[in-house]
Amino acid sequence: MAESLENRERACYDALGKEKGNPRMMSQGFLTSKLEKAIGWARKYSLFQYPFVTACCGMEYMATAASHYDIDRFGAGFPRFSPRQADVLFVVGTISHKMAPVLKMVYEQMCDPKWVVAFGVCTCTGGFYDNYATVQGIDTIIPVDIYIPGCPPRPETVLDGLMKLQDKIQHSRQEF
Amino acid sequence: MPEPSVTLRKIREQFGESIIETHSRLGEDTVIIQPQVLVPVSTFLKGDPDLDYNFLMDLTAVDYLDLKKKPRFEVVYHFFSLAKKHRVRIKVPAEAKNPEVDSIVSLWAGADWYEREVWDMFGIKFRGHPNLKRILMYEEFQGHPLRKDYPIQKRQPLIGPGAGS
Ligand code: SF4
Repeated sequence: MAESLENRERACYDALGKEKGNPRMMSQGFLTSKLEKAIGWARKYSLFQYPFVTACCGMEYMATAASHYDIDRFGAGFPRFSPRQADVLFVVGTISHKMAPVLKMVYEQMCDPKWVVAFGVCTCTGGFYDNYATVQGIDTIIPVDIYIPGCPPRPETVLDGLMKLQDKIQHSRQEF
Repeated sequence: MPEPSVTLRKIREQFGESIIETHSRLGEDTVIIQPQVLVPVSTFLKGDPDLDYNFLMDLTAVDYLDLKKKPRFEVVYHFFSLAKKHRVRIKVPAEAKNPEVDSIVSLWAGADWYEREVWDMFGIKFRGHPNLKRILMYEEFQGHPLRKDYPIQKRQPLIGPGAGS
């Protein structure tokens, strides 16, 4: 019985290996990949985020982070409250001109590699706050990797944005 | 016509010539006064035992640019008496060019931030204010955003480290 289980396991691995053009590789206990690809894979599933939460979008951020939608399933469940320990800056909510220098400073305090997510239309374009106090899109201050539209975006949209960010991380050149 | 309230009656008696207009609607009294009597009127409202206006509820301004009213601005004060439970609204006109009225911070300390807000949003100065600087916007802000001629799409220059680059 035990032996047949082992055989079945090996057959599974071989099938997987065949798919990857390398039969028998996994059953022998190793797997080949490119270093860059492996680093990208590690990075995209261990995102420490810094939530820069200023307004109503924060509610939706909390919903996404809490157990029902559970952002931890995507490897991004660990908010850090020091920018120096964070990989991705979630800018969540309206950014006023008075707040802009603070946001820029937080971004500059983060270590490379780092990414920025604009969460909600306020951060993408200023949203409906087309007025004297609001920054018309945070990309006028810091570079943005992913824009998540919506006022506020539903948690599904946020998760979709997060997966797009992971995709971007996986497929970009890895500096290390 | 109902009897005028004690506030309107007493203000009229005391400051007859300096009152531009008074009206009363649904129990709300409004007095429009000449700018030069603002401090005496305020002192009277606060000190008279029958009036006893000890609470400055609100201080704001209106820009009548689009309504073509002369003079352009009006500074509006809302007073309340906690003991007598009555209210009055005082309005003071201010010119379009260099609008300025007297500060009442010496009478109601709470006027401090209100007057700073009116300066910030409307650019109306308060003579004798101890610290008249912007309260909501930042020092580098250009213009006064609640003025009717502030361009709605005007973009402010970015501030802070590296803003110029
Ligand atoms: S995008 Fe909408 S929900 Fe989000 S911060 Fe702006 S106004 Fe609030």
